[in-house]
Amino acid sequence: MIQQNSVVPMVEEKPVEVKKQPIVQIRNLTRKFGSAHALDNVTMEIPRGVVMGLVGLNGAGKTTLLKHILGMYRAQEGSVSVFGCDPSRDPVKVLSRVGYLTEEDSLPGWMTAEQLLSFSRSFYPDWDSEYERELLDTFDLDPSRRIDRMSKGQKARVGLTVALAHRPEFLVLDEPGSGLDPVVRNDILNAIIRTIADSGKTVLFSSHLLDEVQRVSDEVALIRGGKLVECGPLDSLQTRYQRVTLKLDNDNGSDAPDLDALGKWNRSGSEWSAIVDLEDDSLEKAVASIGAKIVRTHGVSLNEWFINSAR
Amino acid sequence: MDIRISLTDGVPIYQQIVTQVRYLIAAGSLEPGIEMPPIRVLAEQLQVNPNTVARAYRELELEGTVEKRSTRGTFVSDSGSKLATRHRQAALHERIDQLLAESTQLGFSVDQLIKEIHSRSRVMERMQKKAGPGRGKSA
Repeated sequence: MIQQNSVVPMVEEKPVEVKKQPIVQIRNLTRKFGSAHALDNVTMEIPRGVVMGLVGLNGAGKTTLLKHILGMYRAQEGSVSVFGCDPSRDPVKVLSRVGYLTEEDSLPGWMTAEQLLSFSRSFYPDWDSEYERELLDTFDLDPSRRIDRMSKGQKARVGLTVALAHRPEFLVLDEPGSGLDPVVRNDILNAIIRTIADSGKTVLFSSHLLDEVQRVSDEVALIRGGKLVECGPLDSLQTRYQRVTLKLDNDNGSDAPDLDALGKWNRSGSEWSAIVDLEDDSLEKAVASIGAKIVRTHGVSLNEWFINSAR
Repeated sequence: MDIRISLTDGVPIYQQIVTQVRYLIAAGSLEPGIEMPPIRVLAEQLQVNPNTVARAYRELELEGTVEKRSTRGTFVSDSGSKLATRHRQAALHERIDQLLAESTQLGFSVDQLIKEIHSRSRVMERMQKKAGPGRGKSA
């Protein structure tokens, strides 16, 4: 369903490309818990105006990275800068411009939604009461209800209202859809879409729901074992990583092609296929050297790419 | 605007929008002079990033299929239909080229391939009839 919202400016007014200082700059960030690396030498930037989807298996370091960006952790090694400030040293300055929704159930259950909202209002100079009412209305929330008497989905909507009502420049969502029904997930997705339509806004969200990541992300970052293994525009990932199918000249029917460096080869009928980085110049030479031919290449979904790359 | 996004075939979403808008124009569903939905509206309808829709519109504008009129909006251009047809043909040619390459690889001659296409088309027609009206249609 299309909802008209006269308050939000049209995205058409946005200049084609806004090349300004990135919203987030992370340099060589390392975090250890005990001797285990939660984050290992992560360097990344989030440009203004993009939606970045952060993906990775459980325990890969997504939440730890988000907590650094929100100033809940201070960098042990390396640096984190949000709007040009260190969020752990200057949390008020940074967080007043950020809307965030974290994974755990962090809302105070003993408050009513109205109490939480008026409490939050005092934090944010740019709080937009009209937008708040509009969100409550859209989400069909009863503000007089105690939060601990609400369903999981209603709590998520309250959290989203707090995150959005001050019209933040930067929205950070930690697995916003996980464990929620499709209707709430739909609300969250629309909130992301509307936020980015509000020109110049930036969104970072972590998620396991790869279909949703694929729908709304401009850029995708993949974390594996604390390392950032991929970070870039979704379109170029989709151009680069494709399923390559090979036919071996001398196929004995069992031995996989000796091309482990390129990808994980699986047999399909009389052919072998793997998800391969086409930017890798060694592909054609390597294929020719084992007496094989590329029969076809075709695109893969983000989900296929993730399963191939996340382990 | 009837556009469907597929997340499984690895085609970038902006590309899917471009292709389907061209199709809608070439098929006459979108006539010259008709206003395209605003980016934000289409983004919410398709549940995709507005930047992606904006990119698709830019691409369509660049090739001349649609045009911006002042700041009011984006419209299907007068030559949109001709251009859309040409682009659709180009897209089909690309697929045909792939098919030709593959069938040569498999040892089929062009004549055999054409015969096979006719025979498959008859099979598909039969299947669609069996499935009944409104079903078994390809998206």
